[in-house]
Order: sequence, then structure tokens, then C-alpha cells
Amino acid sequence: MTSHTQGARDEILGKVRSALSGTAPTARPPIPHGSAPDDVVALFAERVADYRAVVERCTERQLPPRLKAALPEGRVVVPAGLSVQVPDAVVDDGLTAAELDACAAVVTDATVGIAETGTIVLDHGPGQGRRAITLVPDVHVCIVRTDQVVADVPDAMPRLDPTRPLTWISGPSATSDIELDRVEGVHGPRTLHVLLVG
Amino acid sequence: MTATFVGMPRFPVAAKAALADTQLRRNLAHATATIRDKRARVVAEVDNWEELRLAGAAIKDAALFSLDTQLVLLEERLTAAGATVRWARDAAEACAIVAEVAQAHDIDEVVKVKSMVTLEIGLNEALEAEGIAAWETDLAELIVQLGDDLPSHILVPAIHRNRAEIREIFQRRMTGAEGITDEPAALAGAARTHLREKFLNARMAVSGANFAVAETGTLVVVESEGNGRMCLTLPEVLVSVVGIEKVVPTWEDLDVFLRLLPRSATGERMNPYTSTWTGVTPRDGPQEVVVVLLDNGRTRALADQVGRQALRCIRCSACLNSCPVYERVGGHAYGSVYPGPIGAILNPLLKGVGTDPQVDSLPYASSLCGACFEVCPVRIDIPSVLVDLRAQVVDAHRARRWGGIPSTQTVAMKGAAVTFGSGRRLGLAERFARLGTGVASRFGASGWTSARDLPRAPRESFRAWWRRTDGGRS
Repeated sequence: MTSHTQGARDEILGKVRSALSGTAPTARPPIPHGSAPDDVVALFAERVADYRAVVERCTERQLPPRLKAALPEGRVVVPAGLSVQVPDAVVDDGLTAAELDACAAVVTDATVGIAETGTIVLDHGPGQGRRAITLVPDVHVCIVRTDQVVADVPDAMPRLDPTRPLTWISGPSATSDIELDRVEGVHGPRTLHVLLVG
Repeated sequence: MTATFVGMPRFPVAAKAALADTQLRRNLAHATATIRDKRARVVAEVDNWEELRLAGAAIKDAALFSLDTQLVLLEERLTAAGATVRWARDAAEACAIVAEVAQAHDIDEVVKVKSMVTLEIGLNEALEAEGIAAWETDLAELIVQLGDDLPSHILVPAIHRNRAEIREIFQRRMTGAEGITDEPAALAGAARTHLREKFLNARMAVSGANFAVAETGTLVVVESEGNGRMCLTLPEVLVSVVGIEKVVPTWEDLDVFLRLLPRSATGERMNPYTSTWTGVTPRDGPQEVVVVLLDNGRTRALADQVGRQALRCIRCSACLNSCPVYERVGGHAYGSVYPGPIGAILNPLLKGVGTDPQVDSLPYASSLCGACFEVCPVRIDIPSVLVDLRAQVVDAHRARRWGGIPSTQTVAMKGAAVTFGSGRRLGLAERFARLGTGVASRFGASGWTSARDLPRAPRESFRAWWRRTDGGRS
């Protein structure tokens, strides 16, 4: 830390302390939980589909053919620790952004699915890979197991490790910047295909 | 961006010009009505919304009331996770730090995640002065930057533009966009193509943060398009400028805000992408991570016992979308990157009152209807803060008035006190009321009557009628 920053640090903290002199710490109410839905997995599928993502439910045995059908023509990249075999896929070993841009699709596992909000969280562990691989290719096929699906955001928090980078994904890339109308397809993957297994 | 808010006129002057722009009013009415409906629908889905608001407010208060310890903890955890923490007292210091990091790597071009705080400190202009180009990558910020325009909304800075105007800007400023249609999907596609190469080659990114978790040193960016992910993931160097009020104490606290913010902001159950990162992750994302903790008036706001609640703000924009004043005049009239009801309190709180007439005019840019408080996800009582700031503005001017010459308002209030203090004096005043209102509307009170009707006093006052009719009995 430079001395310049040290002076700023001391001054800011000093001003914070003097602004707070005479205040008492406030009480905190418990964090509220919503009511749990009857069928968490069905709600998850419905809410993900609401974002105009493709959602398919299948068994473990049906997964390989469904996966094959979901993939577009072209190069497919996968993380080294993916839970299923994808024939002819390129295993990411530190591909450059330009090399990833030449890939048509990526297949990954997930960490948590959140039913209420239709959200998938990746913690970029072995089955999910570096953040860049699920960002640059235009199609993201994501495998979510039904036992990974929780009811709402507060149920997801304890399953997540904040020291890892996390990406929360709710549908394909979208924007509401033109007349506040949501349209899909800006910089992230324009197609999100979720295979819900189990 | 060459446009600037510096030198903007006072709110009433700017508002008058904005009200004459019928295209602007049509664009705003359409956009704010759309977003209000969407918000109402997804908020109604949550059965304990009010409890969530209370929790959101309480968590932010807990963070603010222990801000010194939270900031020290945040710094410690960030540093332990491989980030470099720098502190900046004001805009100039923060901009200098960002420029210094770029120069240390010989970088003359940075990509930017949409960030209110970097607009607040005028980072793009400061970097430009150092020969560093800053590219806005959020679609709305890009529209504003390419149009040499100013942002007019916190969440959707180009809300004042409709699709036809956006197409015109893109055709003028983007290569290959000549034949584009005004379909939002086509316009979004053009932005994707335009920025793709920038993302793939960028060496440094600048972001803000929606939240900073003290106990873990985690920063959070909430976004839609994936431009944020591009900036946070692909470059080698990442500098995040974070206002010191962005701190939340614990990881679990984040849950409440991830439920409150998307519903309040874009009216979605969840925004498309949220990224969280804690310092440097080996072999994944930027390997140099710098976090600039910025004051720039926040400690001044924290010292204001009524106004400090404004520091709870999570920049959702629900107050803008629900405000009848904002809907009619738009964001530019507020003369700041923070427009609308929250801007009307945040600007005076950050900058102080009594020195800049433009800032002093903002607490009056409201009818005090209370719609902003009703929708605020962290329950900022904006009307109460506005009223308190009005008193502060009056006090500041009273104290500064030299030679003891009182203002028209002070004279009027003093006169009213004398008149209402005695039945005889009031009776006398009533006899001249008809004459008085006529004169007032032409001269003394013309500032009031230019936009409102001054009621005509009745021919006979109530007290005179009572005397004449013996209280209605004769």
C-alpha cells in the first residue's frame, strides 16, 4: 500500500468513526424464508423455461442421446471433470478467448439449481470449468441433477462456497435496455439448454 | 463521452425545458409504465415481501452502523485472497489510482462494466485525459456513449431513447450497422458484434460492485447481458471501484438482496447473470485484482442522522420508475448521474447544501407523494429525507445571507406569524385579502403562481359572515 493510500485510509476510517459517534448498533431481524413449493423440481423446470431457456427432463440412461441431440454442429468444449462423456469434445486446458470463440457449444455440470427464481449456480469446480468456457461459446448445455435443486435463494447460500468464483445464470443472456422490453441474446450464450437429470 | 453534467441549470429551469419535449415524455411514459407493471407482478408473487424489505433495511443499517469495522475486515479478507486494496477520499484520487494501474501495465484501452460509481467520479473523462480509452460495454451505456449523450436513469441510462433513435445512433456510429432494423433483438445483436473483438482482446477491465461481503472479501456484480461476465473474466487486470456503503456483513446477508434487487430493478425473479468473486482465482479470470474503496461524500452522508438511510440504496431504480415527477421530466433535469427521488436526496447528502444552487434545488423536485418510499426495497423514507434537506437548504441560506437582508419567504412567514397571532390583525388582513391575492399573483408570489392557481379570496370572510348572521342563526 502506498503512503498516499494509507493517508486516505486513515482519514476515511476516522470520518466514519466520527460520523457514527453516539449511535448504537441496530437489532437484526431473522432472514425470512418463503413457503416451500410442493414440487421443487417441477417448479425449477417451469421457471427456467420462463426465461426462454430450453429445459428437458431425462433419466441418467437417456442423458447421452439427449445431450447429442442438444448440441449444434461444430466444436464442443467441455471441462476436464465433466460427469458424462461427450464424443469428439475438446477438453479445456486453458484455451484462449479466441479459441473459445471458435467453439459452437459448451457442456457443463452445475452446483445448485434454485426453483423459485429458475437459477443455476456454477462454482466452476471440475465439472464446470473456468468461467470463460461457459461464457464465450454461443450454446451452453447445462446438466442439473434433481438432487441439486433447492426451493429458494436462502436454501442455496449454505451450499455455495464464497471463496470460489460463482456464476448465477437465469436464462440466456438478455437485455431490457431498449424500452425496458426484455430481449434474449446479447454477449453471453444466446442459447441455454438445461438437461434436468433424475 | 464528451457530454457532462457540469454547469447544469437548477432543477426547475431544466424541468421546464424537459417538459416541452413531447418525444421524451412519450418514451418515458411508455418505459416507466412497462417496468412498473413488471415489478408489481413479480413482487406480488413473494408472500413475505414486507419482511424481506425490513430485513434488507436492517442488514444495511447494521453494516453502516459498524462501517469502520466492516471496512477493515473487508480489506483484510480481500488482501488475504490476493487482491490489492486502495482507498480514495474523492473522485480525483480514485481516477488517479485506476489510471496508475493501467499505466503500470502499458494499457491504453479498458473495457467497462456498467457502474454508477465510475460515472459519479467521471472516470471515463479522467482516463481520456491520460490517453486511456474507456469502452462502455453495457448496451444502454453504449447507446449513451455513442450518442455523446448523458445517462438519464440509474438502471437503464438510455431510457429516454426509443428504438428508432437508438437505430439512428447505431447507424451513425457503428461500422456494419447501416442496414439494421429497429427491432430490439437486431439492435442487441449489433451491439454483440460491435463489442465482441473488444472483449476478446481486452487486457484490463474496470467495474463497480453491487455488494461487497465483509466476512469473505467477496465482490458481487448483478447484470443481464453478459458484458459484465466478459469484463470480469477475460482480461488480465481488473480494477473495481466500490463505494464504502456497498458493504454487507455476511455471505448469508447477500441472499436477501439477491431476492430484493432483481424484482425491484428489472421486474424479474432473477437477473440473467450474477458474478461473485473473491480476490484472485489461480488460472481463472484476472490475475491482478485491485479494489478501490471510495468515500467521495459518503462519510458526509453518514454523519447526517436523517439522511444516512440513503446509503442503504442498492440502485434498483424503483423510485425513479414510480415517481410522477421523474416520469414527466426525465433524468437529465436532475443534473446528476443519480436522478429521480434517490438523486434528489443523494446528491445533496454527498455534496452538502448551501454552496451549489443546482444541488440546493433538488430536495424541492418532489410532490412528497410517497410512491418512492412504498416501492423502495430497503425502505428509504425518501419524503422525510427530502423535507429534512429542505430545512437544511433554508438554514444554510439563512446563515449565509450577508448584511441581514431577509428573503421574500422569510418576510412572508414573519408577516404571517404576526397576522395569525392576533384576532384583530387577522380580521384586518381578511378585509384586504381579495386585493392582496391579486397583487401577490402579479408580483410577490409569481414564482408560485406561474405553475399553480392562486385561489381568489371570497367576497366575505368566514369571520365576517359569522358576525353578520350570528353564526348562521339569523
